Amino acid sequence: MRTRTIRLRPGADLDGFRAAVRRLIRDDVAPDAVTWIAGEAQSLFPEDAPAAGPSPALALPRAVAALVPAVVMHRDPERYGLLHRLVRRVADGERHLAEVASDPLVHRLNLMRKAVASDLHKMHAFLRFRRAGTGEGGAGGRERFAAWFEPEHHILAEAAPFFSARFPSFDWSILTPDGSAHWDGRTLSFGPPGRREDVPEQDAFEAGWTDYYSSTFNPARTNLAAMRAEMPKKYWHNMPETAAIPGLVREAGRRVGEMIERAPEAPVKRVPARALAAMAAQEPASLAALNAVIRASEPLVPGATQAVLGEGPQGAAIAFVGEQPGDQEDLQGRPFVGPAGQLLARALREAGIDRERSYLTNAVKHFKFEARGKRRLHKSPTAGEVAHYRWWLDRELAFVAPRLVVALGATAVLALSGRQIPITRARGPAAFAGKPYGGFITVHPSYLLRLPDEARPEAYEAFVDDLRRAASLAAAPAGAFG
Amino acid sequence: MDDALKKKLTILADAAKYDASCASSGAPKRKAEAGGLGSTTGAGICHAYTPDGRCVSLLKILLTNYCLFDCAYCVNRRSSNVRRAKFSVDEVVTLTVEFYKRNYIEGLFLSSGIIRSPDHTMEQLIRVAKTLRQRHGFRGYIHLKTIPEASPWLIEQAGLYADRLSINLELPTEASLERLAPEKDGAAIQTAMGQMGERILQAKEEKRRFAPAGQSTQVIVGADASTDESLIRTSARLYDRYGLKRIYYSAFSPIPDAASILPSQSPPLRREHRLYQADWLMRYYEFSPDDVAGATESGMLALDVDPKLAWALRNRDRFPVDVNKADREMLLRVPGLGVRAVDKIVAARKHATLRLDDVARLTSGLKRARPFLIAADYAPVRLTDRLDLRTRLAEPPRQLSLF
Repeated sequence: MRTRTIRLRPGADLDGFRAAVRRLIRDDVAPDAVTWIAGEAQSLFPEDAPAAGPSPALALPRAVAALVPAVVMHRDPERYGLLHRLVRRVADGERHLAEVASDPLVHRLNLMRKAVASDLHKMHAFLRFRRAGTGEGGAGGRERFAAWFEPEHHILAEAAPFFSARFPSFDWSILTPDGSAHWDGRTLSFGPPGRREDVPEQDAFEAGWTDYYSSTFNPARTNLAAMRAEMPKKYWHNMPETAAIPGLVREAGRRVGEMIERAPEAPVKRVPARALAAMAAQEPASLAALNAVIRASEPLVPGATQAVLGEGPQGAAIAFVGEQPGDQEDLQGRPFVGPAGQLLARALREAGIDRERSYLTNAVKHFKFEARGKRRLHKSPTAGEVAHYRWWLDRELAFVAPRLVVALGATAVLALSGRQIPITRARGPAAFAGKPYGGFITVHPSYLLRLPDEARPEAYEAFVDDLRRAASLAAAPAGAFG
Repeated sequence: MDDALKKKLTILADAAKYDASCASSGAPKRKAEAGGLGSTTGAGICHAYTPDGRCVSLLKILLTNYCLFDCAYCVNRRSSNVRRAKFSVDEVVTLTVEFYKRNYIEGLFLSSGIIRSPDHTMEQLIRVAKTLRQRHGFRGYIHLKTIPEASPWLIEQAGLYADRLSINLELPTEASLERLAPEKDGAAIQTAMGQMGERILQAKEEKRRFAPAGQSTQVIVGADASTDESLIRTSARLYDRYGLKRIYYSAFSPIPDAASILPSQSPPLRREHRLYQADWLMRYYEFSPDDVAGATESGMLALDVDPKLAWALRNRDRFPVDVNKADREMLLRVPGLGVRAVDKIVAARKHATLRLDDVARLTSGLKRARPFLIAADYAPVRLTDRLDLRTRLAEPPRQLSLF
């Protein structure tokens, strides 16, 4: 039997293994005939010459291809030999081998993969940075942090990108006995092994962190086995908070005993009756108070300049609810001042409605748009966004207490009724369930602006007619809406 | 870190630790932007474990433990004589950012006692989250406790910044709530949960960022006389109705300066564990609430065997199950076989016939599974008929806590 010795780079040499295993399959070399050597050590055996030309392609099932890179990181010196066995059996026809988790070889490789995954996870979890001053640029430059960690397997290159994705804004180094990783804000680089002494001995937040760790521990639930299962002792010496463990465990029994035995004490302080009474009064008590809340709130749709509040007298007989502020409304902070608002004003005049004596507001209080160059193109609010704003609209209309509310367009109808109703079918008098005011549905004036010129005059007339009907309903005696 | 801040941290971490939730899971994968800080991985990371075996993932603190409410089970109730403290918004932000940079935590879990009013308190919580997100470009995990008594629009503002929101049910029945938490209102809690569930679902459909990791809740176990069956049925309803991601069961734990209205005793940890197992059966093992109820005795889950084994012992006629033939649903009912083991069995048996040794390599629970399954070279000798099966499989009565 022809034997071969293959030398790979120290650590996890995935490329070297791939190239070698392709040649071994091509040359039909049995796994038992191969000696794998990782690292620089001189070998007594003749070594396989590096590939002449490209190694032949080898198509592997996905489950196998997924297993290889993980197992290569394992510290077990047999890893390459075991993988060669797997690849060989797959190449010999067991295409689904990696799915047969009960096979002893697959089982062992899966355990190795699991160990590597766990080591990666623990490194992401248990590594602790210490501040190491400021980096280039001296004071006022970028912050610098450093950490010492001892991974069980060859995982540094695999583990490091997690830290650059998480901590791009400061420089850091991770030192391990096998190599080091460095981040300078732009690139991640790898270097020679580090020493524990190269990391600062302490950090200004470690004592506070340890205090936190101690305080969040509940002595009545002490369960050391569960702690050790998840945080094995081998990690402890690089985790500052674990220094508190012996003391916490020692004191736990006494602390619990005291809590259980201590007789209940009478409260030292009196019942804060006035504070309790005041607590109930958080609901905005006036339209002005409600408006202050709206003004102070963050837009639920991002980008708006300001909240656009309703306008008009409280007690107005008729209220109009539009969709949401547009570009002009957003800049001026007033409803219905853009092109659609001007059209509405004209239609109101023709219908004999005094704008100054009506209440005008929108279902949504913030402008939502898509930036197109310098222009801000209006975007309709989603049903979810309308729902967020309904709380305010309901309270606002309760303060204004109009006799009739006119919904201008589909969004207003959704906000007032909670349902999607097509305007064409519902146009005219309407009842919004559970509301103390009468309802009326018509189109939004911006709809008229979007119509082709020839269709506009007729649609406009119909809109003015709607407004006239609404005005007469609002003027009808109380109770007329049933 | 100065001493005053350390002292506050000690008080306000101690005050927050009775909330069992610490998960940092469920957020979409995010990376920090240039100049920003923080990422989320999806599954979450536990950065340490305390000697109670619980994970430290988020910086879990209260903004303040001053509180106007007087909930008997709570260490921070207004009539308690514990030490009080209050963080400023900036202090919480600093602690979160500095701890995060040192890789101590995945993010922040912020809750608070009720000061001035529920709205005022909620506003402060939101301010912390907003500052982290906007001023520090913080993309780590944020879990905000939602105060159901706050105005609905404030509760919804929290969803703009938080990954997860939670509203604690606290006690399983309204009667208990009325007796032990006079300022709380069970109906309001459920309304808030329903509102939140609806908004989260809507935002997901509309692909808007709003509490992407969903909502969770916590129920205290052992502070009232509720049975396990009623707890499990309540849970099933909450999962179903409000789309909750998790329900945490928190064994009522003795607290410093306890109220006279509640028993001072060791927390029922074994019971809590069984409730989690039952909850798991409903979420991952296709058990219905009726199945779980069928495994209880006078409404209580057995303490000596897990609920799946209890169910199997009651339904012996459904076993043994052939690992090479049975469908996935029935394999999931076999005691000792977890979801992953079942999936491995289903995948492996397509290409191989499984013997008992093979099954042993797929699960660590073979001892419990053995009487309930058939493999190519193995069939139990009427083991399921044995009267002593329960005793043979029961966990020895051991003390969970090790002092």
